[in-house]
Amino acid sequence: MKTTSSDSITGLPALQKARTGIKGLDEITLGGFPQGRPTLICGSAGCGKTLFSIEFLVHGALQFGEPGVFVAFEEKSEELTINVASLGFDLNQMQKDKLIKLDHVHIERSEIEETGEYDLDGLFIRLGHAIDSIGAKRVVLDTIESLFSGLNNEAIIRAELRRLFEWLKDRNVTTIITGERGEGLLTRQGLEEYVSDCVILLDHRVANKISTRLLRIVKYRGSVHGTNEYPFLIDEDGISVLPVTSLTLSHDASSKRISSGIPALNKMLGGEGFFEGSSILVSGTAGTGKTSIAGSFANETCLNGDRCIYFAFEESPKQIVRNMRSIGIDLQSHIDNNLLKFHASRPTLNGLEMHLLSINKMITQFKPKTVIVDPITNLITVGSVSEVKSVLIRLIDFLQAEGTTVLFTALSLNDNISEQTDESVSSLVDAWLLVRDIEMNGERNRGLYVMKSRGMKHSNQVREFVISDNGLDLVDVFLGPEGVLTGSAREAQQLLEQTGVVLRDHAVSRKDREIERKKMVLEAKIESLKEEFASLQEELNKTFIEEELKKEVFEKNRHELSQIRDGKKRD
Amino acid sequence: MEETAEIWELRLYVAGKTTKSVTALANLRKYCEEYLKDKYVIEVIDLLLQPQLAEGDQILAIPTLVKKVPEPIRKIIGDLSNEEKVLVGLNIRPAKRTE
Repeated sequence: MKTTSSDSITGLPALQKARTGIKGLDEITLGGFPQGRPTLICGSAGCGKTLFSIEFLVHGALQFGEPGVFVAFEEKSEELTINVASLGFDLNQMQKDKLIKLDHVHIERSEIEETGEYDLDGLFIRLGHAIDSIGAKRVVLDTIESLFSGLNNEAIIRAELRRLFEWLKDRNVTTIITGERGEGLLTRQGLEEYVSDCVILLDHRVANKISTRLLRIVKYRGSVHGTNEYPFLIDEDGISVLPVTSLTLSHDASSKRISSGIPALNKMLGGEGFFEGSSILVSGTAGTGKTSIAGSFANETCLNGDRCIYFAFEESPKQIVRNMRSIGIDLQSHIDNNLLKFHASRPTLNGLEMHLLSINKMITQFKPKTVIVDPITNLITVGSVSEVKSVLIRLIDFLQAEGTTVLFTALSLNDNISEQTDESVSSLVDAWLLVRDIEMNGERNRGLYVMKSRGMKHSNQVREFVISDNGLDLVDVFLGPEGVLTGSAREAQQLLEQTGVVLRDHAVSRKDREIERKKMVLEAKIESLKEEFASLQEELNKTFIEEELKKEVFEKNRHELSQIRDGKKRD
Repeated sequence: MEETAEIWELRLYVAGKTTKSVTALANLRKYCEEYLKDKYVIEVIDLLLQPQLAEGDQILAIPTLVKKVPEPIRKIIGDLSNEEKVLVGLNIRPAKRTE
């Protein structure tokens, strides 16, 4: 939130601004209305002019210490008090506390006769007295054009109005003048002629039986301002203006991961799941299990002790809880633990902006870690494609600024993977899962693809998405010569493969045994040959030893003979 | 002028001694002397001195002449220069004029 910018970068005095305290308005006016100058708020009947001005006063008095005077030309003070009591503003108490002064200026034409020259000093004096009595810094004149219908002499009124606005500027009070919208003019009496500093136009449009309130800053002298038409809402908390897009893309990016609740899906997403604070789109045709994925994600968040809000636009919370129970996911316990919150409403309940606001408000209050919007497709019934997109952009912006992870589901009507989703949000989201029907052999099966997942490795393969009593799982599809097989065809193929394995195992073992036997036979043969060889060797050795013995004996005999001969000689 | 017992209670709101206020007061005195001799009370309220009184009678324009009694309450704004309108506004002898 910007505060009053007293000096700009150049050091020159810049326009002082009075903050309105109205959600969003201070952002688009970059600080509020011009301080000490009149601002014109114009619009047709019932577009919220009076409410705008009363909020300006109440916030001024309560938040910024600037008491205010409300001069009502149309409503009586008591009526006004009752009207704004529904917003929680206690004007009676505030009047007692001297924060606000209500003054009802009543002009009864039938009582008044005009003769000759006059001026509106009476009004000036009343206003001056009211301002002085509470030290007011803000003034609202609602609707000063009533003077024109109450008095005849237009020339005098115009001259006096000009004088009034000058006088208010001199008193340095920030003034709001409201004016009814006229034909071809911003106001019926051309008040914009006198109030030239800041003009705000309110509009109330009904398209497709659903109304949208819009605000536009027509002019703002001496200040930069947003020039778009901004949708705004009036609800029990008063007015909120929603800038169409946040001005910057500067939110933090977390590299922490958050599990999807389906282990096999996490594996497809680089093993860990989605990034925290990212946006995820799950799209697919009817009955492909989008809500189951969403429910599983919600369950996972709550199991980790974090909070989750589930915005359901199609089913009632009870229905979702029951359906999730059938796949083994117990959401009721999370609701009881106040971790999971359902917000179910029909999209046609109110306009898109109202949906956005209620989503924003609930998120701000509940502070969930994850948010589920199921499905965004139904929002299309209350707005055009571009409006839905604009709402979703703002929602994603808002959630990313909060660091909240969001999962959208979207129904795609055309079963064609290259097809963008109807809301053309697929380019906005960080991760996009596509669930697709695969029809084959007289049965439908679900295939899941990760179409994109920014900033992480992810599988490029199709997985079969199986919903069982125990939850969700992803199974590798069978890629064979006949193409991708899923469901019972996949199971049949797997059985077939198992049979093959058994048969092969059997064949292998028979061959093994034969080889074993051959080996034994051969070994036996080797053994007998060895024996044969041994006996042969023995035979050979025998003759050799005999020869040796013979030779030895012969030698001995010869030696003995020679000794005998020598002995004879010696003798 | 059948209801002779009536007393005209007149209040003239002014803001300081401006030309318009002075003219208005002079005109009012003149008409009263002429048509309502001894049957009127004029109270002049200067809002510069008593600003809080402006709210009660719903005063916007200056000068404003308020006729409280007799009923109905009428307000005549301006310097009262148009005699006919003032007389109609004060409900004084409207019939006499047409005769």
